[in-house]
Amino acid sequence: MSKHTLLSLSDLTKSFGGVLAVSEVSFEVHQGSIVGLIGPNGAGKTTVFNLITGNYLPDRGSIFFDGRDISGMRTNMIVSLGIARTFQTIRLFQNMSALENVLAGCHCRMRSGIFGAMLRLPWQKHEEREAIDIAAGELEFVGLDSNPDMAARNFSYGNQRLLEIARALATRPKFLILDEPAGGMNDHETRSLVRIISQIRDRGITVLLIEHDMNLVMKVCEELVVLDHGIMIARGTPEGIQKDQSVIEAYLGPPGNDEDEDF
Amino acid sequence: MAPDKGKVMQLFLEQLTNGLAVGGIYALIALGYTMVYGVLKLINFAHGDLFTIGAYLGLTLLLSLGLTGHIGSAAGILVLILMVMGLVAVIGALLERAAYRPLRTSPRLSAVVSALGASIFFQNAIMLIYGARFRVYPHDLLPVTAISLFGLTIPVMRIVLFGASIVMMTGLYLFVQRTRTGTAIRAAAIDQGAARLMGIDVNRVIMYVFLIGPALGGAAGMMVGLYYGQINFTMGWVYGLKAFTAAILGGIGNIPGAMLGGLLLGVIESLGATYISLAWKDAISFIVLILILIVRPTGILGERVADKV
Repeated sequence: MSKHTLLSLSDLTKSFGGVLAVSEVSFEVHQGSIVGLIGPNGAGKTTVFNLITGNYLPDRGSIFFDGRDISGMRTNMIVSLGIARTFQTIRLFQNMSALENVLAGCHCRMRSGIFGAMLRLPWQKHEEREAIDIAAGELEFVGLDSNPDMAARNFSYGNQRLLEIARALATRPKFLILDEPAGGMNDHETRSLVRIISQIRDRGITVLLIEHDMNLVMKVCEELVVLDHGIMIARGTPEGIQKDQSVIEAYLGPPGNDEDEDF
Repeated sequence: MAPDKGKVMQLFLEQLTNGLAVGGIYALIALGYTMVYGVLKLINFAHGDLFTIGAYLGLTLLLSLGLTGHIGSAAGILVLILMVMGLVAVIGALLERAAYRPLRTSPRLSAVVSALGASIFFQNAIMLIYGARFRVYPHDLLPVTAISLFGLTIPVMRIVLFGASIVMMTGLYLFVQRTRTGTAIRAAAIDQGAARLMGIDVNRVIMYVFLIGPALGGAAGMMVGLYYGQINFTMGWVYGLKAFTAAILGGIGNIPGAMLGGLLLGVIESLGATYISLAWKDAISFIVLILILIVRPTGILGERVADKV
């Protein structure tokens, strides 16, 4: 596997009012890897995601993706460069069908505009048919192909998360960001999620994920980045991180402080 | 008493068809309100004036180009309506650029005030250009014949009008449901942030909405000119309010709702004017508005809007 750097953050800093949410965070993600971003609640993980996808502007620091500086770019531009994401709180287009949700994801890879659509040009129809094939393929990939016409809101919570992944994959990303993909999933669903994440990587898509389910993180990630209070406190392999004293302290509190949290 | 019964029925059907024709116009205008609201959560109060602009531009082109003399009345009017739609669409997009986009991140009330300002601006501009008096559409364009159906005489114009609005609404519905751009519009209406993450350029979606809505509104303006024969610079105010009522009746933000609401309001108004009192025609529309707001604030098809917020 090549060690080409796909994403590199350097000195990324963002504060909200007086609160420093992310402070001088720097790390790289290599192409073809699965990296986990972990840390206690409020550590700034989702803020890092929002900075990468252009939802927030960084106060300082830079974000390079595939050799290009993307800090300050508009979200839809960043998406068309090949970054896709899912949300911690599900943000599907609830009234639209599963297939339509995924079709919306195909949007940025299609070229036909408003006038072509009105005139029903032949290549336009062809492109739309192609998009439907791609969308159906992504639904099948996450195992939701049995009910393509059901409205997104009628899917179970776990399946809505999978539908978000399918929708993100339809943007044809090089890099997929998953924000707590296992949130609200039962054990069975989590197991199939682990398989799906590995398969996504096998398709050549690099994955960065936030997850609180340490079982999943340890199983699927090759590298972990640990944030606490907006600061990167550790980085390394899952085995190394499990033994890291500063990480254990961040999760469990300093030695002698008895808090009940499993790690 | 058979003949009387026949007459009663005839009057009812006549008013029903009239209501549907007027309702089609309301529906076309209502679509502009509802699409803008769907994406921006803004009531574009200048929309009624775009409708007026359509009526006046239609008249100007009709009188100056002489198209109807060259290629026949029907074909000429069709071409003119398409031209009016294009021109009003451009004005709509410019309005968005000038009056709404700079205020996109401001409190919603600022945009509403800007919309009211734009409305006053358009109304006065039309008055200064065309004058404050009623202007008259040429009335010999289309044959004023009527066709007889089951003893009922329906003016051809009424059928053409209703047909044209149905064609435009069906076209819009298919466009929004079936095409890539339509999916982008619906996605942006549900969640702009998530839509951006699908690579959808939300600014462009907003521009499309401000092209499509005014195009339909402008067409409706010209249709009113053709149907009633006279236009005035303030006509957009009443039509705008009625169409806004129709949009709420159907469930604001909901495209099929605007169509249904428009047709329904046209029929209610027409039947109300006949059986209750002509003088109460406008009052009936607004009583309907008040009743909806009390009984079903989300409108007939508006449940989706409620869970969208």
